[in-house]
Amino acid sequence: MTRQERLHFKNGLLFASPWILGFCIFTLGPIVASFYYSLCSYNVVREPIFIGLENYRILLFEDPHFLKTLYNTLYMMVFGVPLSLVLAFSLAALLNTDVRFLSFFRTVFYLPSVVPVVAVAILWVWILNPEYGCINALLATLGVNSPGWLTDPAWSKPALILTNLWGVGNIMIIFLAGLQQVPQSLHEAALVDGANRLQRLWNITLPCISPVIFFNLIMGVIASFQYFTQVYIMTTGISPEYGGRAGGPEGSTLVYALYLYQHAFQHFQMGYASAMAWILFLISLAVIYVILKTSGWVHYAEER
Amino acid sequence: MPRKSNDRTWIYAALFAGSFLFFLPFWWMVISSLKTNHQIFTFPPDWFPWPIRWRNYLEALTFIPFLRYLWNTLIISAANTLGNVLSASLVAYSFSRIPWRGRDACFYLMLATMLLPPQVTMIPVFVIFRTLRLIDTFAPLIVPSFLGTSFFIFLLRQFFRGIPEALSEAARIDGCSEWQIYARIMMPLSITGLVTVVVFSFLWSWVDYLNPLIYLQSPEKFTLSLGLQQFQSSHALEWGMLMAASTLMVLPVVVLFFIAQRAFIRGIITGGLKG
Repeated sequence: MTRQERLHFKNGLLFASPWILGFCIFTLGPIVASFYYSLCSYNVVREPIFIGLENYRILLFEDPHFLKTLYNTLYMMVFGVPLSLVLAFSLAALLNTDVRFLSFFRTVFYLPSVVPVVAVAILWVWILNPEYGCINALLATLGVNSPGWLTDPAWSKPALILTNLWGVGNIMIIFLAGLQQVPQSLHEAALVDGANRLQRLWNITLPCISPVIFFNLIMGVIASFQYFTQVYIMTTGISPEYGGRAGGPEGSTLVYALYLYQHAFQHFQMGYASAMAWILFLISLAVIYVILKTSGWVHYAEER
Repeated sequence: MPRKSNDRTWIYAALFAGSFLFFLPFWWMVISSLKTNHQIFTFPPDWFPWPIRWRNYLEALTFIPFLRYLWNTLIISAANTLGNVLSASLVAYSFSRIPWRGRDACFYLMLATMLLPPQVTMIPVFVIFRTLRLIDTFAPLIVPSFLGTSFFIFLLRQFFRGIPEALSEAARIDGCSEWQIYARIMMPLSITGLVTVVVFSFLWSWVDYLNPLIYLQSPEKFTLSLGLQQFQSSHALEWGMLMAASTLMVLPVVVLFFIAQRAFIRGIITGGLKG
């Protein structure tokens, strides 16, 4: 290394030192420790006791709730993510038509995304109240009976998905920015060729913004594996009417991250919870891998 | 062009219907916060309640130690904001302006950590803070931001890369140290990027729930999110007061959004499009 290179190396490390330190203390070390804990019986108070793969064996083959929580999480993902992408894209497409009051509409659609998640959860428990809630009132004017939402095992997950849809503003903003970058010339050329609206959507707009769809899809999938706060507040000990039990009626909203939290911080089974975290990591990697492998529909424009 | 104007009618109809539905929960929150319990448990509900009952707000501020929670939340959010601005700008400077060996490897490593579920590191990090006897203090909620948050580092790196390299090169030739280039050239030219970091850093610690839930135990240390949830779990039927407290909690972020609307949108787009 020349003198210049040595200087750069020293300065580079110095300026990056907060991240290097943080990476070692809060990421690298904990990854190693977490893997070790997952092979131990560990309740925080006493030293971890090495038990080999026992946690994994119990989790995968004996835990009565493992498959149920996985199912609940995948349900939220398989229905929740596509619905939020479609809604966000539709709103963005409506806003991308040089309408007036653009910033007004954009604000109204985006604003729910900045509402603190605790406030969202409490508010929606009240909105979804099967007797006095606002949705019941709306449905009643249409002559439809409201389901029990959070109190009904069949409707509790749709109720959570509905709550999540209120916060699609973030995704909508990303779609809108993507739509605004679709070259107008392509649309004009297609119009000259006589393409109708649907053909232009399918052959121009969607391919052009496919990287944005892809990004939002991956982010949505990652977020649904970690989905916790809302379900914890909305269906845990919320009031006597929900029996004060976590995971909603008949465990229908006991999602994976909630189950993990219960093991870690309510039963202090840190070893078992660590094994759960590693299984979660592996499953999410597998899902992301499948999405990457089937991402032939994503078209990247040449770098300009 | 009759067909075209017909289209526009449909677009406006869809937009107005959509904004009505998105706005409705806010309206429901505010009217519920102004109702008596008797008005609340009425069906069909009263969409324009009268008389208005302001008492719920008074009760929310006194029954719930609202101001205490507000103060705690403000301290934590302000500290996180300071930590993120300092650490993210320093690291982003290193990642974008200093050509050192191993830099790109570190940058991609950082991007990769954004895919790691926080559940994997959550337990060992808890054990660290427990060993240091820092449970039930603000330290676990504040310290990590001083050691860099990947998203903010990424965001500022994108921003720094947009500033002409010639500026820092010229300064370097004139004998400026890296500190001087960082503090006198890059930081002043990145005000808009820094505002985005400030806004999101503040917002995220304002709305954070999981970390206060794990680390805070004494009620006098609770943040707004944790305090409001704890209160709700014991007074679940006091909807008027709960909605008043929620309104008070939502109000600051709505105001923040209107003040810094462009910073919000820039942050989301940088994260989403260039990511």
